[in-house]
Amino acid sequence: MIKKELGLGLLLVVISAITGAINPAFLSLVNLLNMANLIGLFGVFALGEGLVIITGGIDLSLGSMFALLGVVFIDLLTTYEIPWPIALLAVLLGGLALGGIQGFLITRLKMQPFIVTLCGLLIYRGAARYYTSDSTRGFGYGDEAGTLSDIASGNVAGVPNTFILLIILTLILGVLLHRSVYGRWLYAVGKNEEAARFSGISTNMVIATAYIISGGLAAVSTVLFVFYTNSVSPSSFGNFYELYAIAAAVLGGCSLRGGEGSILGIVLGTALLQVLQNLVNILGIPNSLNFAVMGTVILIGVLADQQLQARRRRKVALASVARTTPRSAPVQGQKSAPPRGAAVVPTRTGDQA
Amino acid sequence: MAEILFELAGISKSYPGVMALDDVSLRVCRGEVLGLIGENGAGKSTLMRVLGGVIAPSEGVIRIGGNEHAGMTVTEATQAGIAFVHQELNLFENLDVAANVFIGREQLVGGPLKLVDNAQMRARVTPLLERLGADFAPDTLVDNLSIAERQMVEIAKALSIDARVIIMDEPTSSLTISETERLLEVIADLKAQGIAVIYISHRLGEIMTCADRVVVLRDGRTVGELARDELSHVAMIRLMIGRDLKALYTPPQRPPQPGGCNIVGVVTTAFPDRQIDLSVRHGEILGLAGLVGAGRTSLARAAFGIDPLLGGEIRIDDAPVGVASPRDAIRQGIYLVPEDRKKSGLVLELPIRENVTLASLLNYARMWLVSGADERKVAKEQVRRLSIKAPSIDMEAVTLSGGNQQKVVLGKWLSMQPRVMFFDEPTRGVDVGAKSEIYALMRELAEQGVAIVMISSDMEEVIGVSDRVAVMHEGSVSGVLERPQFSEYNVLRLAMGQALESMEAAAP
Repeated sequence: MIKKELGLGLLLVVISAITGAINPAFLSLVNLLNMANLIGLFGVFALGEGLVIITGGIDLSLGSMFALLGVVFIDLLTTYEIPWPIALLAVLLGGLALGGIQGFLITRLKMQPFIVTLCGLLIYRGAARYYTSDSTRGFGYGDEAGTLSDIASGNVAGVPNTFILLIILTLILGVLLHRSVYGRWLYAVGKNEEAARFSGISTNMVIATAYIISGGLAAVSTVLFVFYTNSVSPSSFGNFYELYAIAAAVLGGCSLRGGEGSILGIVLGTALLQVLQNLVNILGIPNSLNFAVMGTVILIGVLADQQLQARRRRKVALASVARTTPRSAPVQGQKSAPPRGAAVVPTRTGDQA
Repeated sequence: MAEILFELAGISKSYPGVMALDDVSLRVCRGEVLGLIGENGAGKSTLMRVLGGVIAPSEGVIRIGGNEHAGMTVTEATQAGIAFVHQELNLFENLDVAANVFIGREQLVGGPLKLVDNAQMRARVTPLLERLGADFAPDTLVDNLSIAERQMVEIAKALSIDARVIIMDEPTSSLTISETERLLEVIADLKAQGIAVIYISHRLGEIMTCADRVVVLRDGRTVGELARDELSHVAMIRLMIGRDLKALYTPPQRPPQPGGCNIVGVVTTAFPDRQIDLSVRHGEILGLAGLVGAGRTSLARAAFGIDPLLGGEIRIDDAPVGVASPRDAIRQGIYLVPEDRKKSGLVLELPIRENVTLASLLNYARMWLVSGADERKVAKEQVRRLSIKAPSIDMEAVTLSGGNQQKVVLGKWLSMQPRVMFFDEPTRGVDVGAKSEIYALMRELAEQGVAIVMISSDMEEVIGVSDRVAVMHEGSVSGVLERPQFSEYNVLRLAMGQALESMEAAAP
């Protein structure tokens, strides 16, 4: 498991070193801190997306959620002049609620995650644009939420707070996913929902909770992005951001089939994506190639990972054959244990006839 | 005797450790209905797969119209006019009747464009459907057809390739009585048109009605052939059984204790019009026998909360227990070792340790955080107790043999407090050594007061391991046998829905 993260970390270091060698500006403190900020911004909601992907689902609605929650948040602060802690709480609850609705539709009403969250993507975006009559919302001169703004876009000894928040969330979610009962259930459900159900796990609750966490983290990200851009234009704010999250999770070792991935992997995936974007700028590659570079790296990364895994599986299979051979060596005639895999063969006692 | 269409001579098929077919000979004549019967696993399906070219026999020859073949491919079998109507129908529900009949042999139009000529296909299917007396149009979606109608589509498909022999494997298992009668009429018509039918069924009544000749298989051998005038239920059942069952039985050290699990008037989704009443006492192993599809697995799933109970209740020690979900059932101490361990019993990609603790993880956690040490201790204990052969508890379950995988499933439940355990085909695909370990374990659990229900299609197991045997037939319990009444004959009679010969012996 940890091998994958090591490989990813190594790739990150190698790419950074090469880029830094070509253009030392890449490794300048200003650039590194700028990247750290972006990694923080994009990492928070990628963590939520990762949890959803581990259940075998997907959340396409994140970017639109940012727009809807973003305009509501700014409106609460500016138009209604609500104290920022309450506005923050309202946005958090809003994110959790949207995640809850999606989780409900997916688990209780048995709808496909892709469809539910695609409709979420369309509905939230539409709602945000209608609510604002398609006009950009921003802060006036009053600086309504100075304290919160300082927290969201500030830094500690130069390290951006967004990055620090990402580290904290990574630790919390890392414990949740890799040490807690819930995390174990999440992997079990993602790998084999039926066996999980047969073991008494409330699979619906486990899956719905992942969507709720994803919604909550989307709300946190909304606030961070709002103070990063200082305004929200409802038709473009957060566009395609869910795809960044999915890309980061997949690059970090999550399988869209579910049951695979780690928190550290998702964070490293996010970091790698941001490094790639930065590298395109720094090395003077035409900006229009940005997405193409990202796509190529993800494609190659996932392909290499699959090949390595297939090789590992072959090794395991060989090892287990080697282990069972000595046992069946003393042939006991007809009664001897059928070799593994013989279960599919109709036996005298099977149900085949 | 009429013209012989084809003949199988000395067919054997062996798999490592198992002789699935042993020197079987069979001939089919033009326009005859050949009944083929035998217990679960007697070799009927394997034989039919040889005939259909799906598997090649290890020995023997197939003679068709004077040509000898050592084996056949599916294409050769089709060309020879052999067609299947499968137990599970192989139709595409999203396509219409004509498209299904011509699947893979689509009539084309438009030259290089290779467009499908729907009109022509439909026109060609219409007379076939008329011949079968079917009252649906060739452009009906298969999705909208009943099971009986779908069977007609399969038969139409057979007719469209000019089949001379149609093999029907348990064709009536999902049909109503009137649909069954209709199918038997169609078979009579086919016969009149010179088409031979091989009719495989557990329903001896239907065999009596339609077969001209019956071949009985047992343990992969032909054990008898009955002509039309020799047919009787007794004669057929006597041929199907008649091997010595090894003595596996370990009697309980003390009589079953009072109390236990009562299944009262339970209605499952599989048979919404049947009720099941059954009781199993603490400390006893109740074998649950019956033909495949008799509703045994449905009962276990309902009792374990996987499927909803449509009626009735489960009582333990006379107190009703709620089983709305597996979680409820587990809380009541009702556990299920499922039939398909790879799909439902294990998460194959997780290590042994995580599989063992999957159902009880909260017991080894403080504030929802798993205590690795506690977990490892429990997993190690189960690996030792069940002698699971694995280098470490961190091996993925997928690397284990069938028997060891099954033991991991058992370990999951034994690390908790079972009161009632359902074992669904506990030794299927398990090697002989692990089998006897599993039997010993079931006995040990029973001695500790667990009520055990063992669903099994393996006659040797049912008779050799159980303290009592309940037999199910088409969704309800057709009888319960005490040890003195145990015999393959009695179990089979009940499984086929017939009363025991001496009625007082069948009192449940």
